Amino acid sequence: MSHISAEIRRTRPVGVPTAGLRPARLRGAGRGLGLGAAALLLLTACGTDDPMGGGEGGDADEDGGTLVVGSQQYYSNTIIAEAYAQVLEDQGYEVEREFEIGQREVYVPEMEDGSIDVFPEYTGNFLEYLDSESEASDSEEVASDLEDAMPEGLTALEPAEATDQDSYTVTAEFAEEHDLTEIGDLADVDEDLSVAANSEFQTRPYGPDGVEEVYGVELTLNAVEDSGGPLTVNALTDGEVQVADIYTADPAIEENDLVVLEDPEDLILPQQVVPIVSDAVDDDARAALDELSAALDQEALLEMNTQSVDDQSDPSEVASDWLESEGLVD
Amino acid sequence: MNQLIEAVELLLTPETWTGATGMGARLLQHLQYTGLAVALAALIALPIGLAVGHSGVGRGPAVMITGVVRALPTLGLITLVALFAGLGLTAPMVALVILAVPSILAGAYSGVGSVDAPVVDAASAQGMSTWQVLWKVEVPLGLPIIIGGLRLAVLQVVATATLAAYVGSGGLGAPLFLGLRTYDYPLLLAASLVVIVLAITLEVVFALVQRVLRRALRGTS
Repeated sequence: MSHISAEIRRTRPVGVPTAGLRPARLRGAGRGLGLGAAALLLLTACGTDDPMGGGEGGDADEDGGTLVVGSQQYYSNTIIAEAYAQVLEDQGYEVEREFEIGQREVYVPEMEDGSIDVFPEYTGNFLEYLDSESEASDSEEVASDLEDAMPEGLTALEPAEATDQDSYTVTAEFAEEHDLTEIGDLADVDEDLSVAANSEFQTRPYGPDGVEEVYGVELTLNAVEDSGGPLTVNALTDGEVQVADIYTADPAIEENDLVVLEDPEDLILPQQVVPIVSDAVDDDARAALDELSAALDQEALLEMNTQSVDDQSDPSEVASDWLESEGLVD
Repeated sequence: MNQLIEAVELLLTPETWTGATGMGARLLQHLQYTGLAVALAALIALPIGLAVGHSGVGRGPAVMITGVVRALPTLGLITLVALFAGLGLTAPMVALVILAVPSILAGAYSGVGSVDAPVVDAASAQGMSTWQVLWKVEVPLGLPIIIGGLRLAVLQVVATATLAAYVGSGGLGAPLFLGLRTYDYPLLLAASLVVIVLAITLEVVFALVQRVLRRALRGTS
């Protein structure tokens, strides 16, 4: 019997809450702090994953020909960055890739100190980051405010037509049933409407307050924090919500036969894809990126995103397929 | 550092705490979710843990399962469940229960298993039934460790319950997510501070309970 007991004790440490084995005065407090901090870290990581990603390449621009292209931790952004990189390579530039950097707070300073030279951004969000006071709402205003707000040494090139922005999206059946084409048509729907979106939607000028003011539509927010991802789409298609905020470059819109309601009053902040470049990027390189942006329309962006999501293709493959089909690389 | 000061100032503002989406309401939701998740997990894990600890049967699988389940990423689990169950409390509750079960289970079987074999033998030799041995000897003597399991589970759940907001169920994760997404770091920090203080408070409460229990045990034995 005693040897069994000994064996049991030897197995005990596996998964045993050791906090219970010794008196805990200060240890308890330390543990609580540690776990709280861990929770904070975990949450930070949820939003962005690895915010410190891509720490190298600080001296890359010193040897003249090398340009460092960065991207956000978002597959669509990485595809665009990859397209930028390939176009620049095609022009004979040495390109270094610093992809999947989580937060603007990390990569914008890196751009300012010259560690990253080219970055695909979205006009509205980038403007909001640089100048949270800006009142710009249509694409011209956003473009001009963005120019004014640009930090020293960085330039926003010509934005592409393609956007990846918030939207008021409904299912095709719901649109047909209530004859919806514009956001304002929702005002005539005779039922309580709720919208699935990230929690910050509540505070956005184009959120529930804005849509009521501009279009007279009453909506309550049903917060889902996956940024228009599968949970949001699912809530919409299951009828848990009637409206969802799904980004306009999301392949899920077409896959699920969703209808993006038109926004004639320019309520929603435009998010055109725009290359942000440092002073290290010369005129030839800028011209090449401008040419790319001119070809990047909504259809092209959606097609690339779809290819990436459906076929799980590599961003570089998706980008080079598109560049070749557009004749942007040789 | 300024943001930390701003966060503290935010917490000292009474308006922060009031209203349906105020910190007070969020704190209450957070506590409710934590309590519910740990209670459900205890309902599942305590009977199994006590049975395993008492009989020794299934200890291997129990150890293995607790290890495997602990490795499940909670956020992934919430997303997965929510895809089937929809928005609301179901998905985070399932994930939090799964998070809490291993600690409680391990605490229960270790607690019962930690009782000296001669003591158990003596109890049986005096004619105690299996139930009497379990309830009058093993559970009381193993209680500090069993409570330790609960204590660990509460800590894990109270920190992770912030993820309930991921599917729109509120709790202290709601201001946390909002602060993160709108670059409102004082709000994010304020919500984090509340979670941290809550975790420490619960930890201290459990530590006191454990100490009282241990004193009581020493008194009787």
